[in-house]
Order: sequence, then C-alpha cells, then structure tokens
Amino acid sequence: MALTNEAQRAGVEVRLEDLRRSYAGVTALDGLSLTLAPGELVALLGPSGCGKTTAMRLVAGLEEANGGRVLFGGEDVTGLPANKRNVGMVFQAYSLFPHMEAWQNVAFGLQIRHVASAERKQRAIDMLELVGLGKYANRYPSQLSGGQQQRVALARALAIRPQVLLLDEPLSALDAKVRSRLRDEIRRVQLEVRITTLFVTHDQEEALAIADRVGVMQSGKLEQLGPPTEIYSRPATPFVAEFVGLTNRLAGTVRGGRVEVRGVQLPLVQPDVEDGPAIALVRPEAVSLTSNGGADEGPLVGTVLTVAFLGAVSRVTVDLGDTTVLAQMPTSSASQHPAGTKVRLELRSDPVLIQREEPAPAGS
Amino acid sequence: MSRSRRIKLQVFRGVVFLIMGLFFLGPIAAMFEFSTRGNSVIAPRTLEAWTNIIKTPDLVDAIIASLELAAITSIAMLVLLLPTMVWVRLRLPALYRVVEFLCLLPLTIPAIALVVGLFPISRWMRINLSDSILMLSFFYLVLVLPYSYRALDAGLAALDIRTLSEAARSLGAGWGTVMTRVIVPNMSSAILNASLLAVAVVLGEYTFANLLTYENLQVAIAYVGLVSAGTSIAVAVASLLFAFVLLMVLSFVARPRQRGARAEKTLAPVQLVPPAAGTR
Repeated sequence: MALTNEAQRAGVEVRLEDLRRSYAGVTALDGLSLTLAPGELVALLGPSGCGKTTAMRLVAGLEEANGGRVLFGGEDVTGLPANKRNVGMVFQAYSLFPHMEAWQNVAFGLQIRHVASAERKQRAIDMLELVGLGKYANRYPSQLSGGQQQRVALARALAIRPQVLLLDEPLSALDAKVRSRLRDEIRRVQLEVRITTLFVTHDQEEALAIADRVGVMQSGKLEQLGPPTEIYSRPATPFVAEFVGLTNRLAGTVRGGRVEVRGVQLPLVQPDVEDGPAIALVRPEAVSLTSNGGADEGPLVGTVLTVAFLGAVSRVTVDLGDTTVLAQMPTSSASQHPAGTKVRLELRSDPVLIQREEPAPAGS
Repeated sequence: MSRSRRIKLQVFRGVVFLIMGLFFLGPIAAMFEFSTRGNSVIAPRTLEAWTNIIKTPDLVDAIIASLELAAITSIAMLVLLLPTMVWVRLRLPALYRVVEFLCLLPLTIPAIALVVGLFPISRWMRINLSDSILMLSFFYLVLVLPYSYRALDAGLAALDIRTLSEAARSLGAGWGTVMTRVIVPNMSSAILNASLLAVAVVLGEYTFANLLTYENLQVAIAYVGLVSAGTSIAVAVASLLFAFVLLMVLSFVARPRQRGARAEKTLAPVQLVPPAAGTR
C-alpha cells in the first residue's frame, strides 16, 4: 500500500546513555546504553522484570530516570514530559479511547496539535488505510477485535508523525495466529514509514522475526545486542544462549581451546578460556540422529523417549542414561526414529558456549 | 435457556417490578391523595395545597436555595473528588485506602456530631465570609463524600485509566486534556450517578440546615407543616417527583454504548475479518 507523501519520512537516531532507574531500592535498569540508527527496529528481549519495559517508559517520558540521558536526533529529551516528546506508543493493553470511533482515536493526537479538521480526518483515514482498516473508521473500539484495536492503536501512534515509535508488547494479548499476522503487518508498516522503532517483548520468536537488531536484557542490563542471526547462533553469554532458543546442557572438558563432549571435540565461541570441566551449551538443531548400527553402548548411544511433532520439524528427546538430549530435525527424519528405538547421536561442530557453574534460571 | 424457563423468568421479573413499584409509589400516591383533600371530610378535592407552594415566598426561596445548594455541591464534589481520585490511582496508589477511609468517614459519624464539630467553622465563615445559605454547600460537600466516592470509584475501576492516560499523554495531551477529553467522557455514567446521589442527599438534608439555623427545603417543609400539613406534603411529593424525573433524565442521557449501537446501525455491512490482514 502506498503511503501519502507526508507520511513518508526517515527516522531519527535514538540514543540511550547509561540509563538508570530503581524503585524503592530495587534496581530496574542498571546503566543501559543503546543506540538505534535512524529507521532501525530494535527489539528489547528478556524475561519479566529484566527492565525492558522500564527502558521503554523512560524513552517515552512516562517515567523519570534516576540517571543517564535519552537523545532523539542528538537532542537531549531526558527532562521533557511525555506529552512533549513526540513519540508514538502502542501499549500491551488495549488503549483506544472507548468513547471515540476508530478515526477519532487516530485523529486525537492531531487535534491536540491543532491540525485543521478536514486534514485531521483525511490523515486519520490515510493511517487507517495504511494498517488495512479504512473500512472500519466509524467503528467504536468495542466493535473491533483485539488485533484490529492494536492496528488502530498503531495508526494512532503513527498519525502524529512521531520521531520514534515505541511498541510495548503490543501482541501479547492476542492469540498466536493473529499475533504472527500482526507482527508481519507491524514490520511492513515500519519499513514503509521508515521510523525508528523500539519494540519490547518477552517472546524470542517475535523479537527474532521482526527486528533489525535484538537486545537481550537481564537484571536491568543489556547482555547482548546484535542481529537476530548473531544472537541465535553466536550468543555472547550463557544467559543469552539459554533464553534465546532451546539449549542442551552437556557436561564436557575444555582443553586447548576446544571442548570435548562425550568423546566429540567441539569448537568454542570464545576459545581463550581456561582448561577444565565445563558445561557445553549445544543447540538441538546441532544434534542429529542415526541408527545405532547394532551398538548398544557408547557415550552417544541412547533411547528415543518422545517425538514432538511441530509441523515441518520435530523435536526428539533422547535418553543417554545419565542425561537427556533434545534433537531438532525435519519431521521426515524424525519419523524414522519412533519412541523406544535405539539411536546414535551426532553433534555438529558448531562453536558452542561453555558454562563453568550452574546459572540462575532464565526466567519466564 | 429453554422457552418455558425464559417465560418464568420474565413473569418473575414482572412480579418483582410490580411489587417494588407499589412499594415506592403507594406512599407517594397516599401523600398526593392527602395533599388534595379539602378542609372537611365531605369537601371536594382541591389543588389548593399545591398552589400554596408558589404562593409562599419563604417556601419558594427555600426551594431555590436547595436547588442552588444541590448544584453547587455536585459541581464542587466533582471538581474536588474526581481529579483527586484519578491522581491517587495514577500517582499515589499507596494512599488509595487512606483516601477511601477519609471519604467514607462521614457515613459513620452521626449528622448531629458532624454539626457540632463543624459549628465553629460555620460561625467563623458567617462572620468572615458570608451569611448566605449557600455556605452550607461546604458542609454538604462532606456529607455527600461517601455516596459520591463510591459511585466514582466504581466508574474508575471499570476503566484502565493508567493506560488511557498514558496513551493520551504520549499523543501530546496535557493533564487537563486527559481529564476532560479522555477520563470524564468515559465515566459519564459514574459522574451522573455521583451527581444524582449528591442532589438527592442535599435535597433531603434537614439536620445541618436546621441546627445551623438555615432554611433549606426540608426545614421550610417542617415550618409549613406547622401551618398547613397539606402544603408541606405537596412540597414533599413535588421534591420526590423532581428527584424521580431527574433520575429518569440522567438515565437517558447519551451513553457510550448507545452511541456505539447507533454507529453500528449506520455502518454498511463489512467483513469482520478483512481478507488481507484480518484479525480476530
């Protein structure tokens, strides 16, 4: 769908410098620094309580920081109240004004900015067209589904031509199918409008699918920031490895910049670590199954416990006696190893992270 | 629900409605009957007691004063209470219980005790500010707090005011705009209910006005009753009917849901789920 000329614009750079926020002595944000390039979509990903929503609220001006700065296009907006920041925000909860029709909701911010009545309505309709809801302009929020309400909220946020778009888990209240569809819709609109966007979510699939870069947060700090593929395939910390995607934790021994796991030598993501026992974090897709070839014993020979059908791929749980291992593979391959059969595991030699001790749980 | 069960339910509702209607209307009808009696048992019906209402200047003054008091108290209550309650919910949630306790407190204190406590303030106000009966509205404000608080609290509880106000703020609205354009329109029913309760309390108030030597409607009715029982009863019926009509009017004032229903009727039939990017 083509955008009107006035809707086309480039985003601004958004910089968060050493942002800090605590509540009654509890640190919610511990020196977060992050720069969003103009037009970029960055997703902040992390478990509940990691500080990602706090970071977004500080950017929006809905809360005051205890320290640090927020800059839009080089301009310090840290001291500005929310209504002076020119940000568009879509909330997790449905936030449309119930007494206004869809187009009136979208036009609300324009009315605050004293845009003339005719232009206001036209721009509101344009924005509703942009999100595919032109026909629903005269509907009240109660007459719209959850997904439609969030799309109207997106149109409303974009109508004021904000410098920054903030999306605070806008899909979490929706069912899986709608969520996936609206996720793509948001990305399409964001690319079309080219607005700098900060997207907060606890859903790793959502973050990896939508973002140019993903920032994984824990305990108020940014653990890793990078493109989705890098976050997934080269996690910087054990927390990132465990939070993003499933991970097998296999005991091994580090020696000479490699880790030996059940007789298999695997390269390390960070080779300069001391020798000694360690836990290797191995992705399920790096594990494949073959027939055991008659051998009943061996460090990588085990029994298939369960086969979980996920569509194109299946996830197989194999019991190795002292531990269980998850393997993910095409369903056609997994079907050759039903539950109860003896199999031999093969570990692909992808670089793996190691962990020296038991970490805290990754959270929800 | 089966058809027979639905019919039974409707009959039950009708019976309850009839009984409640008789319970409320019976006494009013009896009062009306009394107010239209002549001077003797065989005298014909007369509306003299009713026409006396407008022929008695003190009564008219008292009615006007009570209506003014009701209006001032309702507006003052809304101006004081609504922003406070919104602010407490948004910014000072720890004070929620404290504010609730303070607002409900007048309910537990007998009116006579309140008057005794407020008497020195009333005396000071009469000497230093004004002797007008309208000064009673300060005290009535305290009196209506519990009723109005409950009505407004129910309205606020039904709204996600935090998200709505934050959404409005992020769109550029100041706090004044948030209140007048977002919160107030979405709790019009609660505001109307709170106002109606305030009006009803003020129109029926006797103790404060009498003990503080003001003549409001109820005090005037008591005085008139000493001279003409029929007229005092006619005024009482009139004030009840006024409250009833006010309640009906407020009930039919436009509500969001009705506006929504009208809007739905004017819309051309469209798909609930658009083919390109439909959602449910």
